[in-house]
Amino acid sequence: MTPEINLTRDPAHIRHGSNIGQPLTRTDGVLKVTGKARYAADNHPPGMLYAVIATSCIARGRVKSLDVAAAKRHPGVVDVMTHSHKPELAEDPDAKGNPFAFRMELLQSDEVRYANQAIAVVIAETLEAATEGAALLSPRFQVEIARVGLDAGEPYAPPVVGIGNPAEVVHGDIDAGLAAASKLTDATYETPAQYHNAMEPHAIVAVWDGDKLYIDTPSQGMAIAQGRLAGLLGIPPGNIHINSPFLGGGFGSKGLVSGPQVLGIMAAKLVGRPVKLVLRRSQMYGPVGHRPPTRQRLRIGTNDDGTLTALDHHARITTSSFDDFYEPAADASHTLYASPAIRTAHEAVRVDTGTPLFMRAPGEATGSIALESAMDEAAFACGIDPLEFRLTNYAEVEPTTGKPFSSKALRQCYAKGAERFGWARRPLQPRQMRDENGFLVGWGMGTATFPALMFQGNARAVIRADGRGVMESGAHDMGQGAWTALTQISADSLGLELDQMTFRAGTSDLPDAGIAGGSAHTATVGAAIHNAGAAVIARLAELATSDERSPLFGAGNAGVIARAGRLHRRDDDARSESYADILARAGLAEIEASGTGAADPAAQSQYAMHSHGVVFAEVKVDPELGQIRATRLVGAFAAGRIINPLMVQSQLRGGMIWGISFALHEEAVIDRRSGRILNANLAEYHVPVNADVPPMDVITVDEHDPHVNALGIKGVGEIGITGSAGAVANAVWHATGIRVRRFPIRIEEVVMGLAG
Amino acid sequence: MMNFDYVRPANVADAIAAASEQGSTYLASGTNLLDLMKGGISRPSRLVDVTRLPGLDRVEHLSDGALRIGALVRNADLAHDAEFARVYPAVAEALLSGASAQLRNAATVGGNLMQRTRCAYFYDVASACNRRWPGAGCDALKGENRLHAVLGWSEGCIATHPSDFCVPLVALDAVVEIEGRSGRRELPLEVLHRLPGDTPDRETALEPGDLIVALRLPAAAKDFAAHARYIKVRERTSYAFAVASAAAALRIENGTIGEARLALGGVAAKPWRACEAEQVLAGKSPDASLYREAARAALADARPSGNNAFKIELAQRIVVRALTLAAAGTPARISALPGSPFSSVAGA
Repeated sequence: MTPEINLTRDPAHIRHGSNIGQPLTRTDGVLKVTGKARYAADNHPPGMLYAVIATSCIARGRVKSLDVAAAKRHPGVVDVMTHSHKPELAEDPDAKGNPFAFRMELLQSDEVRYANQAIAVVIAETLEAATEGAALLSPRFQVEIARVGLDAGEPYAPPVVGIGNPAEVVHGDIDAGLAAASKLTDATYETPAQYHNAMEPHAIVAVWDGDKLYIDTPSQGMAIAQGRLAGLLGIPPGNIHINSPFLGGGFGSKGLVSGPQVLGIMAAKLVGRPVKLVLRRSQMYGPVGHRPPTRQRLRIGTNDDGTLTALDHHARITTSSFDDFYEPAADASHTLYASPAIRTAHEAVRVDTGTPLFMRAPGEATGSIALESAMDEAAFACGIDPLEFRLTNYAEVEPTTGKPFSSKALRQCYAKGAERFGWARRPLQPRQMRDENGFLVGWGMGTATFPALMFQGNARAVIRADGRGVMESGAHDMGQGAWTALTQISADSLGLELDQMTFRAGTSDLPDAGIAGGSAHTATVGAAIHNAGAAVIARLAELATSDERSPLFGAGNAGVIARAGRLHRRDDDARSESYADILARAGLAEIEASGTGAADPAAQSQYAMHSHGVVFAEVKVDPELGQIRATRLVGAFAAGRIINPLMVQSQLRGGMIWGISFALHEEAVIDRRSGRILNANLAEYHVPVNADVPPMDVITVDEHDPHVNALGIKGVGEIGITGSAGAVANAVWHATGIRVRRFPIRIEEVVMGLAG
Repeated sequence: MMNFDYVRPANVADAIAAASEQGSTYLASGTNLLDLMKGGISRPSRLVDVTRLPGLDRVEHLSDGALRIGALVRNADLAHDAEFARVYPAVAEALLSGASAQLRNAATVGGNLMQRTRCAYFYDVASACNRRWPGAGCDALKGENRLHAVLGWSEGCIATHPSDFCVPLVALDAVVEIEGRSGRRELPLEVLHRLPGDTPDRETALEPGDLIVALRLPAAAKDFAAHARYIKVRERTSYAFAVASAAAALRIENGTIGEARLALGGVAAKPWRACEAEQVLAGKSPDASLYREAARAALADARPSGNNAFKIELAQRIVVRALTLAAAGTPARISALPGSPFSSVAGA
């Protein structure tokens, strides 16, 4: 049980803690396991047609011809949408209205920018007819040589990285720091292209009614999607109704509306009937964002005592030939370790892929595996235990800005995680441990971090005549448990038990909840809910305390507290009145209030805000065959207030599993000549299966953060992948003495380094 | 939709007649074929569904001591038959190391033999592939080929056969029973799959209409029950094809190897029987240096087909491991991580 803590300053009518902090199982769990949860592609409005995208098999060039006639002759095919036959758009899909408006391929020309790009859409009475129609198009191409990989072209300095971060950050004198070092670690790491493989592929069911548009589609940001679609389609955002109650995973790929989703809408417009469009698994590898490959050079200078003199992190990344998203890989070095000199810099190479975009911990994940590997190498060079080395260089303030942290319980994470793992018994030298069967055993660690962000979101709170409450916010449940966690916050914010209230989310007709991204959704929408609840309770309190017939009369606004559907006098708990009675006497059917959640710029300018954690990993390696198996992971995280420990555990575990995947499994294999991805399927694009996932211990360390937001939430969605990948990689080195710097760690690099 | 005929013959004779026409192909559980059809790699004009043919889903003990496994026996049913696993432990272990539980529940014995390569260029219809399109060329040869063949490949094709099941089977002299237009015949499994040579498109020795109706393990296969293992190195613990694998089966008499059987997977266009290595082992006392000698013999003709020289070294080490574990004795029960090098971990 979490004790009642009154985190709010004013008006102090609500207390969080009776529902917040409870390990509630998912409120939508039964719907999901019984198949009653309706995902976008489950919808089937009357008269619906099926659309199937035909994709390019070349990575660069032009579509010379499409056999539209053959496709149209195929029984069941209704129409074929091509660049010369499509509804007109109100806006050029290549226009850059704002930094979030990424260019998309909406058949605006015959140009091919990457393999798997849409070149036509076949619309038919059945999925099968549309599929065959797409095959019958038999496209012919004018092919240009594809640019593939990190060395495909001349690198250049990107204008910004991530969303508006400077491409280069310099703190202190890096050259002096490197020159002053008694030991220098200089190592280069490569990470591969990774592609989104949410269980649910992008899907849309689009229905037009005049100039009103109704769409079922998974979205991590419905209001942003409304805005983009309104611009493209030339209709007001309010005419666009998005229904997105459940996502079968988002991971950033559904943060912004993607080209294929818009093609579904255009197809419905073209044929004047409802249309469903679902991406095939292989079609996920291109138009919905990906994690680009990186090559990262780390130079870490240290004194004899292991203190850093310089940390230089340089990242080369790829981006698409036609747009600008730059994975901020080196930014991972901004916040973690104290050093008198830190420099992070990026350079980019344009290649013929879809535009890379947000993929769980974009920048942090790629940067973390390189930084944590390099720190491991530097610790060994100094002859210092990797944990001790990190404690030696513990950042008491954010190194690159000098700001104090709003909270930082990383020391406690290190201590608790190390104790649970048994880290103290780790030999410094590699290849010292074997298990009872002769397998090499290695232990590695990595620090985890992710910024505690907030976007803007809104909520509306209602208390009805019967005393029940309703909380509404167009929030997004990607599977992370928003339905559940936000219900818990809503109940506490309304001073109600869970069964006394209804939480509504998942549609754009509700107040704009911003984007479910940046690990900020619970913080953002939670704050909005908190404020909406506080406001409606304040109105209720005003009604009661100013009414002489109420037992609360005269208590004053600060003198009552909401609990289980009643307001109580703060100074005399026995004097109380139910919400229903207050409203009845006032003759009101309901009262409502709205609330907004957003970052506090004053706090942000004063404090550095980050979640922190550490992951310890054990791997075993076959001493002759090189087969690697992660056998144990311990993670300890401090991420502010934990709303629902079960959901948080799931988020952290999921992230840690992705860390294993990053270190050992996941990679898009791209043909260097054609630019085609050769393993665009779940059989050959390897993510861990259950048998690859070891026992995992996830510890959450209590952390009270009074600065991040009213509820003290810092976010847990992405941090789990950081730290973990490096921990696994470092454990492989510790087991074998072989330092693999190209990820995922391939068996040949291990097996050829092991004596036969 | 892509139209094709679908027929479900009542008996083997009708099936053969239906499948003898050009463009026809047999459909069992379709765990591979349906993916090939969806990807446009196979476009049969007629599917002859054999899953309801009577009498092909039985396992029979024959009077000569052989075991006859009907072609429609499910992979999972066979592997989980305790008696089968006791007598042919490497076969059961190989079966359980393949695919996923869901696929094993569906996939049939005959279908497993007929699965196609997993070469990505074979699956990518925009790539040149002699197997798919004779004379087109082989894009794998200078492409992403770190997992391709190191034995028996040609300039025309460097693909591997992906089956785990077939590896111990070929070591144990399994025989394929075939019904065809000219009646019943048998082939050693060893010669069912062909090496690519100049005709990579001719993947098997089957003729149009030929239907595999059963697989037979001869009586002598039982002699290896006490010393037989399958070891598979792969890029994740389950649901991954072998980087390389080996099945080793030994008949040990008075501390001497009376007879050895050895085959490799993931290294060639067919399950690779290593006869020279078997001869190295026969009549010798089992020890590590002997296993290394056998491994060298098994890979003596190997050469990289691309960026895959490591597989030659790795395959030799797998052979040594499989022989070591086989000599140590078949475990009482199959590990929870079948085929994994970690399967020798207690409790794994």
